[in-house]
Amino acid sequence: MKQLIIGVVMTISCYGYNQTCTYTFLGELSDFHDGSSIASATIYIKERDKYIVSDFDGKFKIENLCNGSLTLTISHVACETKTVSIDIKGDTSTSITMEHHIEELNEVSVKASMSRTETKTAQETVIKENVLKKYSSLSLGDALKEVSGVSSINTGNAIVKPMINGMHSSRLLILNNNVRLQDQEWGIEHAPNIDINSASQISVIKGSGALAYGGDAIGGVIVINPNRVILKDTLFGKTTLSGQTNGKGLSLSTSLNKYYENGWFANVQGSLRKNGDFNSPDYILSNTGLNSQGFTIRSGKKNFESGFEVFYSYFKNEIGILRASHIGNVQDLVDAINSQEPLFVQDFSYDINSPKQEVTHHLAKALFYKRFKNFGKLNVQYDYQNNQRFEFDVRIGDARNRPALDLNLQTHTVSSDVVLDSKSNYKVKLGLMGRYQNNFANPETGVRRLIPDYDKYDFGIYATTEHQLNDAVTLDGGLRYDFNRIDAKKFYRTSRWEERGYDIDFSDFVIVDLGTQLLTNPVFTYHNFSASTGIKYQINETSYIVGNYSLSSRPPNPSELFSDGLHHSASRVELGELRLNKEVSNRIGASYKYSDTNFNFNLEGFYNRIKDFMYQEPVGIEQTIRGAFPVWNFVQTDSDLYGLDLNTDYNISESLNISNKTSYIIGNDIEKDRPLISIPAFNTRNSLSYTNESWNKFSAALTSEWVFEQTRFPNNNFETFIAATDETVLVDVSTPPDAFNLFHFYSEATFKTSHNTSLNIALSVNNIFDTNYRAYLNRLRYFADDLGRNILLQLQFNY
Amino acid sequence: MKTQINNMKTFKFLFAYFLASTLLISCSNDDDNPDPVNEEEVITTVRLTLTGGGSTVVFQSQDLDGDGPDAPVVTMTGSITASTQYAGSVQFLNELESPAENITTEVLEEDDEHQVFYGFSGSAGSTVTYTDMDDDGNPIGVNVSFNSGVASTNNVLTVTLRHEPNKDAAGVSGGDISNAGGETDVAVTFSYDVN
Repeated sequence: MKQLIIGVVMTISCYGYNQTCTYTFLGELSDFHDGSSIASATIYIKERDKYIVSDFDGKFKIENLCNGSLTLTISHVACETKTVSIDIKGDTSTSITMEHHIEELNEVSVKASMSRTETKTAQETVIKENVLKKYSSLSLGDALKEVSGVSSINTGNAIVKPMINGMHSSRLLILNNNVRLQDQEWGIEHAPNIDINSASQISVIKGSGALAYGGDAIGGVIVINPNRVILKDTLFGKTTLSGQTNGKGLSLSTSLNKYYENGWFANVQGSLRKNGDFNSPDYILSNTGLNSQGFTIRSGKKNFESGFEVFYSYFKNEIGILRASHIGNVQDLVDAINSQEPLFVQDFSYDINSPKQEVTHHLAKALFYKRFKNFGKLNVQYDYQNNQRFEFDVRIGDARNRPALDLNLQTHTVSSDVVLDSKSNYKVKLGLMGRYQNNFANPETGVRRLIPDYDKYDFGIYATTEHQLNDAVTLDGGLRYDFNRIDAKKFYRTSRWEERGYDIDFSDFVIVDLGTQLLTNPVFTYHNFSASTGIKYQINETSYIVGNYSLSSRPPNPSELFSDGLHHSASRVELGELRLNKEVSNRIGASYKYSDTNFNFNLEGFYNRIKDFMYQEPVGIEQTIRGAFPVWNFVQTDSDLYGLDLNTDYNISESLNISNKTSYIIGNDIEKDRPLISIPAFNTRNSLSYTNESWNKFSAALTSEWVFEQTRFPNNNFETFIAATDETVLVDVSTPPDAFNLFHFYSEATFKTSHNTSLNIALSVNNIFDTNYRAYLNRLRYFADDLGRNILLQLQFNY
Repeated sequence: MKTQINNMKTFKFLFAYFLASTLLISCSNDDDNPDPVNEEEVITTVRLTLTGGGSTVVFQSQDLDGDGPDAPVVTMTGSITASTQYAGSVQFLNELESPAENITTEVLEEDDEHQVFYGFSGSAGSTVTYTDMDDDGNPIGVNVSFNSGVASTNNVLTVTLRHEPNKDAAGVSGGDISNAGGETDVAVTFSYDVN
C-alpha cells in the first residue's frame, strides 16, 4: 500500500516535468565579501525534495530539468541560510553569493550575555541590560557610575552629568542610537536628555578612540544602544514599576518589541517618573521634585543586503532646583555656607516651583544601509534634534511665571559611511558628516540672553581601519578632520565690550550701535585634526593587554565664548572669552585584563595632556547694585591628568562573590603649578554578594561606597565685606567636604509566572545608615546635605 | 574582470553620492538681526530721600550697566543735621526703561515678600524705625523714620532689599537682617557725615 502511494506520487511528479526535461543548471556559490568559493554547502532542491552538496570550487550541477522555476535552499556552516528561486529557460547557469559574517546579523543564537563593543583597542566598558534595570528610576549619570573611573558632577540629585576620568560636559560625546546628542551639553547644570529606560546597552569609551563619532571627545564617548534586532517571529516586552521612599517617588516604564523573520521590526517604549521633594537625613530638600516623561518608537527592516530604520524619541524633564540655593549676592552665599541647615525648608510637597528647569528633547532619525558585493556596506543617516530649554528663576510681579532663560536649539545632521570589509582580517571605514545647528534665545524673557542666537556649521571626514595581524594581535587606527564655523549675533553692553578690550581686537564684529549696547556678529572658524591608534595583544586564553594613543581637539563651545552675566546660585559674574582657541589633547592609555571563571581583573591607566585647556577662574571683583561679586573668566592653560582605574571580582565560592572598583586621578594646571578644580577624589566601592540560582535566581549584595576627601584643589577663596556685621570675611568656596562612606543593599529574585513570562522583584536600600554627607562634585554642596536613606522596591514583569 | 567593473561602478556611485551629500549641506544665512532684550525688573537705581529739619537729603546709587563692569555711581545731596528726625522713603528704579520704571510699586504690590533693611556703622549712632507695614502687620521698610544721631564723620549706611525673607524670624521685624534669609535684590552702601 505504502509503495503504491509513493509510486503514484512519483508518477505525478514525473508527469509534471513535461516532455523536454533535459536541461542542466550550473550553480556557483561564493562569499559575498571577498568572492571566495564556498565548498561543501548543502543545497536543497525543493521541487525534488533532494539534497546535493557543492564541490571544492563551490560549484554544483542539477540535471534533467524542464523549463520553469527551481527553488533552492542553500545552507553552509557560519552562513545565513538562503533561499533562491531560479527561472530555468534551457541550460542555465548562475552564481549565488552567501553571507559569511553572520554575527553581524545578530542571530538569536548569539549568547545573550555577549556584549557588542564599539572599539577594538580603546578602554571600553559595556553596561548590560541586567545592570541597567537597577537604574530604571534614576538617571543615565547614576548608571554610568557602574564603570570604574566614571563619576558625575551634580546639581542636586536630579541633574547628574556623567564625568569620565575627570572630564564632563562638552568633553564627552553622548550617542543615542547613533545620534550625537545636541542638548546644550556645555552647561554644567544641563543633564543629558536620555531616558535610561530606552537603553538596552551602554558602552563607555575612555578617551577619543571612537573617531567615527567625533574628534573632540577629550574625555570620552558614551554610546547608548537600543535593543538588537532579532531575525525571528517573536513578540516580547517588559513593564517595570518602582516606588521609593525618599521623595515619595513612583516610576513606570514599559516596552514592547515585535520582530519578524523577514527582517521587519518595531519597538515602542515609554516611561513616566514622578518625585516630590527629596530629603537629607535631617531635613526636607525643598523644591527638589521631578517630573519626567519619555517615549521612543523604532521601526524598520533589517536584512543582510540592505535595510532601514526610523527612530523617534521624546523626553521631557521638569526638575525643581533646591530653593535654598537661589541666592542674591555674596552675603547670601556666606550666610548659606555658615548655616548648618538650608535657609529655606518647607514641608514635603510634590509641587515644583521656581527655580526650576523644563527641558524637552525631540530626536528623529532615519537610517538606510546597503551592501555591495566584494566591497562593503554603505550607511546613510539623517537626524534632527530639537532641544527646548526653559529655566525659571525666582522673580517678582508679572514676570513670576515667565522663564528667565528660553533657548531653542535645532540640529540637522547628515552622515554617511562605508565599511569595506571584503577581507576577513582587514576592515576600513570611511565617513562623512555635515551638520547645521541653530540656536534661538527668546528675548521675551525680559532677561539678557545667557547664550546668543547663533548658526553653527560642522563638517567632518574620517577614515578608520582595523587589522587583525594574527590570532594574538589586532591593530587599529584612524584619522579625522573637522571644520566648525560659528556665526553668532550677540548684544554686548558697551561697557563690557570696552572693558574686555574687544573694541580694539574685534571692532569688525560690531553691526549696530545702540548707545549703551552693541549688536555684534562674531564669526569664528576652527580646523581640527584628530587621530587615534591602538594595539590589542592577546597574551593567552585568559588575558590581554591594550595600548592606545589618541589626539583630539575641541573648539570652544558657545558658553566658553559668549557667557555674560551673573550666575545666581554660584554668586559670581561669569564671562566668556572671544579670544579662546581650541584645546588639544594627547592621551595615552594602557590596560591589562585577566579573566577566568572565578577571577576578573582589569587595570586601566591613562595620561592625558591637554594644551590650552579651557576652564573658569576668578580674576577680580565687580561692584553692582546687589553688592560685590567675584568675576570668573574662561581662560586657557596647559594641563595634564593621569590616573588608574581598577576593577576586580572574585568568586569565593559558587554563591559568594566579592568585587572592588577603585579609581584615582590627579589633575594639574601645569602653567600655574596647582591642582585643577572639580577632579573626583580617590574612591573605592566594595561589594559582597550572595547568589543562589535555585532560589528563583535570588541574589543579595552589600556595597560600601567610600569617597575620600579631595585634598588637591585650587584655592579660589576671596574676601568680602559684610555690611550686617560690619566686617570683612573670607568666603571659602574651595575647600572640599569631608570623606564619606555609604552602605547600600540590593537584592532581587526572579519568579517564573508562565512558560515565557517572569516577574523580577528587587528591593534596595541606599545610604542604609542615613549618613549625613556632602559631595565635592555636587554644585549645591554649599547649601544642603546630600540624600538620606532611600528604600526602593521594583517589580519588573517580562513577557 | 567583471568584479573590477562592478567595483568601479560602486566607486562611481559612492563618489557621486558623497559629492551630492556635501552639496546638500549648503549654508543659508539670513540677515535677520535679533531684537534687543527689554530688561525688566532690573534695579539700576536706589534712591533714599530723607526729609526733616526743613531740608532734604538724597542718597543715590545708580548702576546703569547692571551686571556690567562699571561700578555703581554713589551720590549724596544735602547734609544731615545731628539729633534730627527725618522721614525717609526709598525708591527702586529701572532707568534702562524710558521713562524709568518704578520697581517700588512692584515691591509694594508684593509687600509680604519684601523687606528693606538698614544697617549702620560709625559713631553717629543713627537709627531707623519702620513706619509702614504689610497686611500681616510686618514692616516693609520702604517708608521709615531716620534719627540722625550725634555729629560725626565717615558713618556708613547699608540699604538691603530682601526678596522672600522670613519676616517671622527673631529680630527681623525690628530690622535685624541676621535671621532674615531670602535673597538679596539690592545691597548698597552710603558714606555720610552728621553735622
